[in-house]
Amino acid sequence: MNIKKLAVAGLGAVAALSGLVPTEALAQNEQFIPMLVYRTGPYAPSGIPVANGFRDYYTLVNNRDGGINGVKIAFEECETQYNTKLGVECYEKLKNSGPTGASLVNPYSTGITYQLIPKASVDKVPILSMGYGQTAAADGRVFEWVFNFPTTYWSQASAFVRYVAQQEGGLDKLKGKKIAHVHHNSAYGKEANPTLEALSKKYGFKLTLLAVDHPGQEQKATWLQVRRLRPDWIFMSGWGVMNQVAIKEAAAIQFKMDHFVGNWWSGSDADVVPAASAAAGYKSATFHGAGDQYQIHKEIIKYVYNGNYAKAKENNLGEVLYNRGLVNAMFGVEAIRTAMSKYGNKPMTGEQVRWGLENLNVTDARLAELGMKGFTRPVQVSCADHETGGPIIIQQWNGKEWNMVSDWIPTMRDVVRPMIERTAAEYAKENNIQPRSCT
Amino acid sequence: MLYRESGQFKTSYEADQAILPIPQDRWFLMAVLLIAYLVIPAVSSEYMLQAVLIPFLVFAMAAIGLNLLLGYAGQLSLGTGGFMAVGAYMTYKMTTAWPDMDIIVVFLLSGLCAAGVGIIFGIPSLRIKGFYLAVATLAAQFFLSWMFNKVEWFYNYNPSGTITAPPRTVFGHVVTGPEATAETRYMVALILVTVFALIAKNLVRGRVGRSWMAIRDMDIAAEIIGFKPYQTKLLAFAISSFYCGIAGAMTLFLWLGSVETEAFAINISFQVLFMVIIGGLGSILGSFLGAAFITLVPVLLTNAPQLAGLQMATDLQKHLEVMIFGGLIIFFLIVEPHGFARLWQITKEKLRRWPFPY
Repeated sequence: MNIKKLAVAGLGAVAALSGLVPTEALAQNEQFIPMLVYRTGPYAPSGIPVANGFRDYYTLVNNRDGGINGVKIAFEECETQYNTKLGVECYEKLKNSGPTGASLVNPYSTGITYQLIPKASVDKVPILSMGYGQTAAADGRVFEWVFNFPTTYWSQASAFVRYVAQQEGGLDKLKGKKIAHVHHNSAYGKEANPTLEALSKKYGFKLTLLAVDHPGQEQKATWLQVRRLRPDWIFMSGWGVMNQVAIKEAAAIQFKMDHFVGNWWSGSDADVVPAASAAAGYKSATFHGAGDQYQIHKEIIKYVYNGNYAKAKENNLGEVLYNRGLVNAMFGVEAIRTAMSKYGNKPMTGEQVRWGLENLNVTDARLAELGMKGFTRPVQVSCADHETGGPIIIQQWNGKEWNMVSDWIPTMRDVVRPMIERTAAEYAKENNIQPRSCT
Repeated sequence: MLYRESGQFKTSYEADQAILPIPQDRWFLMAVLLIAYLVIPAVSSEYMLQAVLIPFLVFAMAAIGLNLLLGYAGQLSLGTGGFMAVGAYMTYKMTTAWPDMDIIVVFLLSGLCAAGVGIIFGIPSLRIKGFYLAVATLAAQFFLSWMFNKVEWFYNYNPSGTITAPPRTVFGHVVTGPEATAETRYMVALILVTVFALIAKNLVRGRVGRSWMAIRDMDIAAEIIGFKPYQTKLLAFAISSFYCGIAGAMTLFLWLGSVETEAFAINISFQVLFMVIIGGLGSILGSFLGAAFITLVPVLLTNAPQLAGLQMATDLQKHLEVMIFGGLIIFFLIVEPHGFARLWQITKEKLRRWPFPY
């Protein structure tokens, strides 16, 4: 019976403790940035490098510059496992931390972004979903608090079609070609479908949509369909373990690897390494450089890892998704800096950072100052356009590293922007949002 | 000493048939309700309400639903997530089609839709039992989540397949959508759960509940004494799915605000099943205790290192949480295989004899 007493006592203790709410004392002159990360679960291979990139960039800014204009960055990680429910819990936990609350949130999951979009305007926390999330959020008149520059899924899909056209010898050559879209069966994976469908009508290529269910460890059926279909090109929207499996399966059916193009979430080192040499030739879209040879990496090794290159490599330095974490953290930090130029050098509130994001102008010269010359493209955000529709570049895995194999490919603004505006207008109507004027 | 029935005499049938025949129990329940209705909304932080208490209420609702089916009628179902999805998607469809309809009415109507779907997927229960039935209901889970993903009509043809709760009011208060405060949403969820828990409690004490238990304990004997297994089992499926449907609608409208089918995936079905098993089969109280254990303990474990002032890597913390939580489940199942409800009962018996146990 003793053990039962223990059980009862244990339950009592749990009940008593659950009444406690986590509170934390933070210094007053700090800018708090919440970090929604996933270092465990089926998406960890993608989540770890991203999280390390963010952490290292913030640490770099703190160690090298003493913070943003003297205001140190405080950041706290919260594990989401790429699960929307845990993501919301994390957001609720962290949104009021620090002296001014969360300055901006990078959900790093399209599912979580969808959850947070309605909350953003109420909680006054801007969302920076860099190249993911809801594409229609690019219309800043409806989605005041959401930013998805430098480019979106729809723009990316249009640039992919343009790339295929370049390879085939012109947009008119697309007629009759077979393109398959292998996508994660979720809000994220489906994002590119409307654009691809519209372009398929416009240019006459035959589009097949192949959904892979979460988490994507089992794809035999999908690739059997691919084998039967024999598409000329495959576009993939995958994430986490799904990418590795898809690349292995494609290699197993001996699909031409250089006709297999992933989106920018399906082209990191963790995706291709497991398939070893079979993955050679696989391509993916991206919007920033690969490798660790940029100035920014040298500074990270110096200021974050005290010159210990091996330790930095252990923490994914130079991997594609690590670099993406750097770019994203940089945009966030620059937005805070922009906000400070108007409101003064003190911790910014979410509202002030929103202004900073909307007036963000990262020029080539600024990128050079940040040690990111040639690493990514300049971005200028505006009130109406939260996307900027920036170009993408195609990288190819040669079995050892990623190399750029194309020029910057412009997106099809003429096709994508009207679709964005239409979808945003529908969203506004459904949710009783009065679009603001941006003139 | 405090908790004794001696000297309490019941002089009417009403008193004898009361849900809680002992005054101390009634006072205790009153106190719990008072705290839930008055104290908690006043003192809780938004995080506490939004991330801890509202999910607890949602899962309590789903667990009551499954407990009616599994604990009382003895029909093993793994389709809970699917039935919740029906509730969520139908509520969304109805409220976007008729924006003027009261959202509570929409909740109830979508519960009825879920009940209808539950009846359809309950038909196999007339022929197959136990684990085989579990597999048949698993089909419901997969079919429904596939359907809500595939048929664009269910999410109004929006490109991402995500459904978002539009703002709706009840008596002039915004209860859904981003503008609704956590307190309002908590209160709506609490009222729904209180009302439906009371209905469930009375249901299982009456003729319907007795017929379910008869079928559960021995279906042939039940049939011989005059219960029709056909109606009884299907009624159990219908009412259980109704509860799950309401829980699904609450998930979308009161808790998350926007969902895709992944929010109602198979692991939700398992989670609710574990709640029922750990809480106690065939007990409404058990549904609450089980839901509390499965939803609150992980949140507590996540925050424990910070409460204790420990600095810990995020991934290590998550791994520890999963391990400790798993260990706790096994521990409690070994200590009391009949669940928390039974543990609660034992505690009450001990309390009767306290401080002079024999």
